[in-house]
Amino acid sequence: MNAVEARGLVKRYGHITAVDHVDLTVRAGDVYGYLGPNGAGKTTSLRMLLGLIRPDEGTAKLFGREPLLEGARALDGVAGFVEAPRFYPYMSARKNLELVAALDGGDASDRIADALETVDLTTRQHDKVKGYSHGMRQRLGIAGALLRDPRLLLLDEPTTGLDPAGMRDMRALVHRLASEGMTVLLSSHLMSEVEELCDRVAIVSRGRVIHEGALAELIESTSGRYELRTTDDDRATAITARAEGVTELETTSHGLTFAADERAVAALSLTLAEAGIGLLALVPRTATLEELFFRLTEGDQSERPPLRVVETTRSAA
Amino acid sequence: MTAIAAPLTRTRRPGVGTVYRWELVKLRAQKRTYIGLGSALLVPMIFIVALLTGDGGPEGIPFARYVRESGLAIPLVSLIFGAIWFFPLITALVAGDIVAAEDSNGTLKTILTRSVERWQMFVGKVLAALTYALAGLVVYVGVGLFVGGLFWGFDPLVSLSGTPISVSRGLTLIGASTIAYFMPTIAIAAIALLLSTVTHNSAAAVVGTLMISLIMQLLGVITALDFLKPYLLSEQFNAWQGLLREPIDWAPVVRAAWVSAAYALPALAVAFTAFLRRDVAGG
Repeated sequence: MNAVEARGLVKRYGHITAVDHVDLTVRAGDVYGYLGPNGAGKTTSLRMLLGLIRPDEGTAKLFGREPLLEGARALDGVAGFVEAPRFYPYMSARKNLELVAALDGGDASDRIADALETVDLTTRQHDKVKGYSHGMRQRLGIAGALLRDPRLLLLDEPTTGLDPAGMRDMRALVHRLASEGMTVLLSSHLMSEVEELCDRVAIVSRGRVIHEGALAELIESTSGRYELRTTDDDRATAITARAEGVTELETTSHGLTFAADERAVAALSLTLAEAGIGLLALVPRTATLEELFFRLTEGDQSERPPLRVVETTRSAA
Repeated sequence: MTAIAAPLTRTRRPGVGTVYRWELVKLRAQKRTYIGLGSALLVPMIFIVALLTGDGGPEGIPFARYVRESGLAIPLVSLIFGAIWFFPLITALVAGDIVAAEDSNGTLKTILTRSVERWQMFVGKVLAALTYALAGLVVYVGVGLFVGGLFWGFDPLVSLSGTPISVSRGLTLIGASTIAYFMPTIAIAAIALLLSTVTHNSAAAVVGTLMISLIMQLLGVITALDFLKPYLLSEQFNAWQGLLREPIDWAPVVRAAWVSAAYALPALAVAFTAFLRRDVAGG
């Protein structure tokens, strides 16, 4: 049974379609990234999954249960937060957790101490939440989620607003929870975050899912490109253009890039050496998730930041 | 935490009682609760201090002439004062905030993603708001009675029909009057809850409730609209006076019951439906 199964979710606000026929499948055990720019409809989708808002069309099921039809029962084993986690500012963190544990029922209240320990808030548990920093509130949000002993954790932009140390700690926590077997659905506009934490990904743009699948496969699909720098790039360009099996040749400010299989690359390196051209770098180049994202959403220039290239450590010279 | 594909189904689920208890905990932690209850305590005290320091007193209202003769008259006169705007304000202070504050804090999404159904959450909130209103009323009446009795003693009272009322019967009737007074208070709370639910704004709900209450007071003094008077909520705050007649005149009390219900039930029904069906999109 899938942890999350959304089919044809649509949410409109007036003439704006915030979520446009979104299908999502999160399998049990996945660490699933829901990636898209701000305003792409990620939070709205998560709210529909949790039954906080009603879809105009489509269905959302969590472990086969539909929150809109089954109410709170459909959220058994599910926890998380959308946007920033919110608590009662005039009560202590401990009191807030006691409250949500009471609303969870069962033995949730027995887990308060462990949850506080997990998010490193034990020493501040009796402080009122209004005095908490953003990062502490995020961690308290995770603690509140853990009280439900979830099998599925839905986290909406969990590192937004955190300082670098807070981001590192939050990612480490998510990583640890995932390694313990929890299914995680994590929405983010930070591609590096999704790349670091997730094994499957849905890329959403303007309310629509434009790609869904394994992250490794997505990145693997872009392999086969190389970057070449030589002692004489002009002659190297001419030789590469004539080389068998080389396609998509492009010159850049640092040299040239091309697509080829390994056999063609090996042959090219020999040809260049025979021509007296020294190889400074011949580097397999894998597109980052960021590049893939913009490739998939090509045409929307408003969403395009400067591209970043990640080079693998493998190189030929 | 263990990895299991299918979630556990909770065997022991919280209900309305849990929500109600925690709503009271939240109320106890909020300043507005103490402002309301503190005012309910302070106003009768101010009235008593004014009576102690001056010769004059309230005029033209039932039991006004007995305020320096029996402590039993103090809470009854206070009830008449409170009906104009004071008690609607105290009631709205919490009832108008109890849903809207969850919106402004963004905590509605926190509590609605736990194991409690929305209807249970709403009912728990309604009960908590009514408990607070009742507590305010009991404080208001109790302080007037207790402090009034300290200064002027618990002497027999004269009924609105001119017959004497013993102290024990007077106390019983004050208790019954408090209950009668609570009926329109429930309706005020229901209106405040409705505004709180649909406006998502505490200030708008509190002020809106007070405005509705004052408009009803205004309609009540326009002679041309006398035909409306029996159906105005503001009039039902005086229904308890029927209990202070000999024999008891139940007609205004019965009318207060159904008129209050006629305001409260639709308001609660609309609020309930809105709460159940609303999108929690903020926070």
